[in-house]
Amino acid sequence: MAGLGAQSAPSPFTQQPDLADRYGIIIPRPPDTHKDKTTNPKVGAMDAILLQILNGLDKGSAYALIALGLTLIFGTLGVVNFAHGALFMIGAFCAVTLQRLLNLSFETIDETQTDFLGNALKVKTPYVEAWFGPQMGGTIIDWAVPLAILFAVPIMVFVGYAMERGLIKHFYKRPHADQILVTFGLAIVLQEVIKYFYGANPIQTPAPEALSGIVNVGAIIGMDIVYPVWRIVYFFFSLLVIGGIFSFLQFTTFGMVVRAGMADRETVGLLGINIDKRFTVMFGIAAAVAGLAGVMYTPINSPNYHMGMDFLVLSFVVVVVGGMGSLPGAVLAGFLLGILESFASMNEIKSIIPGIDQIIIYVVAIIILLTRPRGLMGRKGVMED
Amino acid sequence: MLGMNKNDTTMLLLVAALTMLAPFILNPFPTDSGLAQFNAGYPDLMQRFVIFGIFAIGFNILFGLTGYLSFGHAAFLGVGSYSAVWMFKLLAMNVIPAILLSVVMAGVFALLIGYVSLRRSGIYFSILTLAFAQMSFNLAYSVLTPITNGETGLQLSLDDPRVLGVSQTADGSIPVTNLFGLEMRSTFEMAVGPWAFQFNAGYYLCALILLAVFYLSIRIFRSPFGLMLKAVKSNQQRMNYTGLNTRPYTLAAFVISGMYAGLAGGLLASMDPLAGAERMQWTASGEVVLMTILGGAGTLIGPVLGAGFIKYFENIFSKINESVLHSWFGALPDGLEDLLVTLVYPFVGKGWHMTLGILFVLVVVFLPGGLVEGGQRVTAWIRSKKAGGNKPTSTTEPAE
Repeated sequence: MAGLGAQSAPSPFTQQPDLADRYGIIIPRPPDTHKDKTTNPKVGAMDAILLQILNGLDKGSAYALIALGLTLIFGTLGVVNFAHGALFMIGAFCAVTLQRLLNLSFETIDETQTDFLGNALKVKTPYVEAWFGPQMGGTIIDWAVPLAILFAVPIMVFVGYAMERGLIKHFYKRPHADQILVTFGLAIVLQEVIKYFYGANPIQTPAPEALSGIVNVGAIIGMDIVYPVWRIVYFFFSLLVIGGIFSFLQFTTFGMVVRAGMADRETVGLLGINIDKRFTVMFGIAAAVAGLAGVMYTPINSPNYHMGMDFLVLSFVVVVVGGMGSLPGAVLAGFLLGILESFASMNEIKSIIPGIDQIIIYVVAIIILLTRPRGLMGRKGVMED
Repeated sequence: MLGMNKNDTTMLLLVAALTMLAPFILNPFPTDSGLAQFNAGYPDLMQRFVIFGIFAIGFNILFGLTGYLSFGHAAFLGVGSYSAVWMFKLLAMNVIPAILLSVVMAGVFALLIGYVSLRRSGIYFSILTLAFAQMSFNLAYSVLTPITNGETGLQLSLDDPRVLGVSQTADGSIPVTNLFGLEMRSTFEMAVGPWAFQFNAGYYLCALILLAVFYLSIRIFRSPFGLMLKAVKSNQQRMNYTGLNTRPYTLAAFVISGMYAGLAGGLLASMDPLAGAERMQWTASGEVVLMTILGGAGTLIGPVLGAGFIKYFENIFSKINESVLHSWFGALPDGLEDLLVTLVYPFVGKGWHMTLGILFVLVVVFLPGGLVEGGQRVTAWIRSKKAGGNKPTSTTEPAE
């Protein structure tokens, strides 16, 4: 029962190390590789619709979180950050790193057990189990991914801070095209660093056993909708993070100053507030949000070095649909597009318009950009040109 | 000459000399020397130099002149490749109709995409083009498989109709691409002492086309149309206020640059008749942006230099592996040798993309005018030294 369905099968495309090496980052991955849980012939129409909404929510959560970070950076610093996908990926690899750290083990020779030749067996014991006892240590290793949240936040804040102070601050006065280019270059570098240390293959990072099963979420409303627990956890986690960011901006003095700076940076500066410093902190926070999205996404899709790029393009589309600079817009558009995408991948819809699942997000983006140039909730005067 | 001023003529002649003599220039090391791996004078690589040069020249007409940063140009390259391969499958193995069709098809696509995308500018334009390119890529991978052969890529086969040619040659193999009988893959080898120079028919066809389109781009840059595009880059709002509709001009630039990309795609397919969807992915679009920026956006020769630079180092750097490094540093003491190899190794071989990324960041930060600006700075510096410590005046000549 455990692990059934929560681990999506690794995509056949990502298991080609030689191709990955040859083309570098040009490895295509069909966007709907983990939608294989919808094939239950017995579900009725209503159930199918609810199931698609659930399916859309977990991908939508990832979009929403990344788009939220992008919008935070754009709204505060006015920088178009193409390296944000790389931050998402680094977050995911924080989880991988923690899992590897926890699994560091030493070898002991166990005289009581022998292999078939009669030699004493070498037993590997993770240090964690030796320190906390097998029961407690095993639990810690099992819960590596959620624990990685604590591990990832300081790292991501630091990475974001270093990125902003080291590179991006020199680009505020330069055209947007330059900002796109430099962050694009940075994204390539970060991606290659990860590839150098972790290789090109996806790395399995399972969810804790208690959360890796499936649950019948339809039971509450008298229907039969079976769904992996971890995806539900992911959805609520993203709601928590989004709520946290919004309340941080809304209810703290720091957040108030940041919002004032977003509205009118110059005046806030004239009032004697060091707004640049606060914006740098916001960059760190945005990086942490992307990182957390990555950490928690690892059990859904095994992380590989180009996962950031895959999400980045879509997240940009999400930001544009939501409206540049609008935080609620980014979140709304993230969930909306996630759900739309999962509806488009239903077989009933695919049989009417073949291939719609591959392009729905882009089609929506094009329509929105041409009819509502500011996006769903864009503010007046932000990136109007 | 040919309606160009003296500087432009010199530049065209320089490019002509570089491309025509490339088999010599790129083969400076004897084949049996240890440095032979830095030779780039083999047909496959030289073809890629000029083909991506054409691609980058075309991209520069859009980005360098109008400032519109398209992140979806690879889509046109892909369309060009597919069209060319279909021409080989259906009509004949002659490259002329294939290249013509690829240019026309890419032009049509560019007209459609440009008409929609150019309604917005700035980052919105980048994202719209990106969205269109990703859409084409995803479609080529999934629904359009009958046309694109999906993941495998479109290839020639023995039972293609080829109405004006033969389905298979007398010995039962797939015919090769040719120009009125001149096979694209035919290579004349000339051995001079320890050197071996290769003269490939396909390469020279590409090089001649490169010269033609380079000349065309010089004329575009110097024409009233080019001036209009530069005006759009420097102040579009003002252009609009004077009562001028800029969109036809930007659309024309977009279509021209799309046709250049289609031409490059058609040539790629003519040299090696297969087309895959990965040519359309947005990272491929990013590559042409890198080439243009690295060489110098808005300058005439920059994109050609950038394309050559990136393709050269991509090939040469990727070939360096650990044992090659050990042989380089072999003269040093063992500990130092291992240290150096460990330090250098992440940046060569499979890590070439990392070097590219770092290089790209450095260029954007310190040298926004690319290699061309770098060259100008160096010459200005040398001149100021000669002139006896006059204040160096760096004269960059970007498009604006």
